[in-house]
Amino acid sequence: MATQHSRSAARIMMAPAVVLLLGWMLIPLIMTLIFSFKKYLPMRGGDLGWVGFENYVRFVSSSAFWPSVSATLIIVGGVLAITIVFGILLAILLNQPMWGQGVVRILVIAPFFVMPTVSALVWKNMFMDPTNGLFAHLWRFFGAEPVSWLSEASLPSIVLIVSWQWLPFATLILLTAIQSLDSEQLEAAEMDGAPPLKRFAFITLPHLSRAVTIVLLIQTIFLLAIFAEIFVTTGGAFGTRTLTYLIFQRVLESQNIGLGSAGGVYAIILANIVAIFLMRIVGKNLDA
Amino acid sequence: MGQIKLNQVTKSFGDVQVIPPLDLTIEDGEFTVFVGPSGCGKSTLLRLIAGLEDITSGHIDIDGSDATNVPPAKRGLAMVFQSYALYPHMSVRKNIAFPMKMAGVPEDEQKRRIDAAAKALNLTDYIDRKPGQLSGGQRQRVAIGRAIVREPSAFLFDEPLSNLDAALRVGMRLEISELHKRLATTMIYVTHDQVEAMTMADKIVVLRAGFIEQVGSPLELYHTPRNEFVAGFIGSPKMNLIKGTEAQKHGAATIGIRPEHTDVSKTEGMWKGRVGVAEHLGSDTFIHVHDTGLETGPDDLFTVRITGDIQAKHGDDIYLTPQLDKLHKFDAQGLRVD
Ligand SMILES: Nc1ncnc2c1ncn2[C@@H]1O[C@H](COP(=O)(O)OP(=O)(O)OP(=O)(O)O)[C@@H](O)[C@H]1O
Ligand SMILES: [Mg+2]
Repeated sequence: MATQHSRSAARIMMAPAVVLLLGWMLIPLIMTLIFSFKKYLPMRGGDLGWVGFENYVRFVSSSAFWPSVSATLIIVGGVLAITIVFGILLAILLNQPMWGQGVVRILVIAPFFVMPTVSALVWKNMFMDPTNGLFAHLWRFFGAEPVSWLSEASLPSIVLIVSWQWLPFATLILLTAIQSLDSEQLEAAEMDGAPPLKRFAFITLPHLSRAVTIVLLIQTIFLLAIFAEIFVTTGGAFGTRTLTYLIFQRVLESQNIGLGSAGGVYAIILANIVAIFLMRIVGKNLDA
Repeated sequence: MGQIKLNQVTKSFGDVQVIPPLDLTIEDGEFTVFVGPSGCGKSTLLRLIAGLEDITSGHIDIDGSDATNVPPAKRGLAMVFQSYALYPHMSVRKNIAFPMKMAGVPEDEQKRRIDAAAKALNLTDYIDRKPGQLSGGQRQRVAIGRAIVREPSAFLFDEPLSNLDAALRVGMRLEISELHKRLATTMIYVTHDQVEAMTMADKIVVLRAGFIEQVGSPLELYHTPRNEFVAGFIGSPKMNLIKGTEAQKHGAATIGIRPEHTDVSKTEGMWKGRVGVAEHLGSDTFIHVHDTGLETGPDDLFTVRITGDIQAKHGDDIYLTPQLDKLHKFDAQGLRVD
C-alpha cells in the first residue's frame, strides 16, 4: 500500500511529531552546551560572559567528581546484577504451574507501579530506620545492635531500594522470554541426557540472552539518571553522590548553572560510552 | 537390541482417559507406524514410551527390563520431534554433538560419529551453520543426525515429515527407510499420512480414541481389515462402505468395496450412477459417482479408481460392477465376517 502518494502523506502527517520531538531534545541540549561555556550565577550577578573550557576543567578537578563517577557505576552495576540474577530466578519460579499464579504474578509486578519517591521513603522510614524500622526490630530480636543502614551501608542500601523497584521490570521481560521457549527443545535436551541444571545452562540461558540484553540496555539508561531515591534518603551524603546528583547540587545548591551544565555534558558523554560499551558486548546477541 | 513392550498401559490427563488399557509389543528391529485420526493419542503414546509423560498405570518394558520409572535419558531411546527441536544457538555440529557431550563421549569419538552422521545425511556442507540458516529438509536431517549419534536402541519419530513439502517428503521418506534398513534399529513412527504408513512400515498400529483397532503388516490391513474403521482408514481413496438392502444381499450389515476393485462401464453394469467430479491424475482417474442408490451416506456417493483415462463428463450416466471376490463384509457391530 506504500504508494508514492501515501508515503508523502505519511511524511506530512508525521512532521509535527518529528519536529516537536527534535525540538524537545535539541533545545535543552543546545542550551546546556551554551551555558557550559559561560559563567552564569543567577543569584550572584547572572550572566557574566564566556569563559571557554573553565567550567569543564573545574568540574573534573573538583574532589567530588571521581567519587561521584564511581558511586554511579557501583549503583548501576549493582542494580543490574541483582535484577538480572533474581529476575531470571523469579521468572523461572513464576513460570511453574502453581496455586494462585495470577495473584502472585500481580504481587511481583506491583513494586514497579510505586513512585520512586514513595518507595524510597517507605524503605527509609519503615525498613531502614535505625530506631523504628523493621530491620532494627529484627536485629534487636536477635540481640544485635541495629544498623543505621543509610549512613553506615549507604551505597548497598540504595542499590537494594533501586533493585526492589526494577526487579519487576526485569522479571516481566524475562518471564515473557521464558514463556516463548519451545517446550520441545527442553524435552529434546532431556532425552539427550541433560539434567535440569544443564538444560538451564545450555537451553534456557542462551534463549534468554536477547531478553537479558534488552533489560541491560533499558535499565542502564534509566539507572544512570536515578535521583529521587538519593534525594529522599541520603541527600547525596555518605558517598551516595552520583553524577546526576552532583550536577543537581552544582546547579541548584551552589547556583552555578555554567558548572552544572558542564557536568551535564560529561554525563551525556558517560552515558554514551556506557551505551556503546554495552552495545558492543551484547550487540552480537541482538543480530543473531 | 530394542524390544519395547507395553503392558496394560493407561494414561489420563485429569479425569480424561486418553489411553485406555493397552498392550503392544514392538519387536527388535521392527519399523512400527502408529496411525489414526487427529487426537487419537498417537503422540501421547509415543511420549509415554519416551518417558516424557508419566504413565497412569501399567508398565513398559524395554529389552526385557522394566523401564516404567526410568527417566527419559536413561531409556536409550532417541526422539525426532515434529518441530525438529534443534537448539537454535548452536551450530549443526554442536547440535549433533550435544547428546554425546551430555553422555561424556570422548572428543575424538564424538568427531568420528559426527563426521559419519554428517556424511550419511548429506550435512557436511552445512556443519558449521546455525539451524536458522537451513531449509526444512536440512533441519530434519540434523534432527535425525542428533538422534543417530546416540546409537539408541530405538528411534521415535513424531510426524517428522509433516512440515515438509510434498516432493521433499517423498525424498525424506526414502532416506528414513534406507536408514532403517542400514541400521536395523527399532523405529516407531507416528504419522497420519496413509502413504508413509503403507510404504515404510513393517507393522502398522491403527489407533482410535486410544484403542488399538488393529495391528498388522500394511498388506494385512489392506486386504483383511478387522473392522469398518480400519477398512475406511487404510487405503486412499477410502473404501466405499455400503449398507442397507445391497449389503443384506451378501448377508452382511455393511459391505465394503475399494475404489480400485470396481469396474466401470458406460453401457452396462451392476449399479448405475451419475458422474460427479472426475479427478485425472494421469496414471489413474478417480471418479466420484452420485445417486448410485447404494446406501453409502449422503448423496449415495461412490468413488471408483481406474487406471488410465476414461472420457467421463459431469452428469453422464455410468455403470459400476464390483469385483465380488474383493468384497469385504462386516456385521452390525462393524466387525469383519468371512
Ligand atoms: N497435556 C495434555 N493435557 C490434557 N489433554 C491432553 C494433553 N495432551 C494431549 N491431550 C489430549 O489427549 C488426546 C490425544 O492427544 P495426542 O496429542 O496424543 O493426539 P495425536 O493422535 O497425536 O493427534 P495429532 O495427529 O493431531 O497429533 C487429545 O484429545 C488431546 O486433547
Ligand atoms: Mg500428535
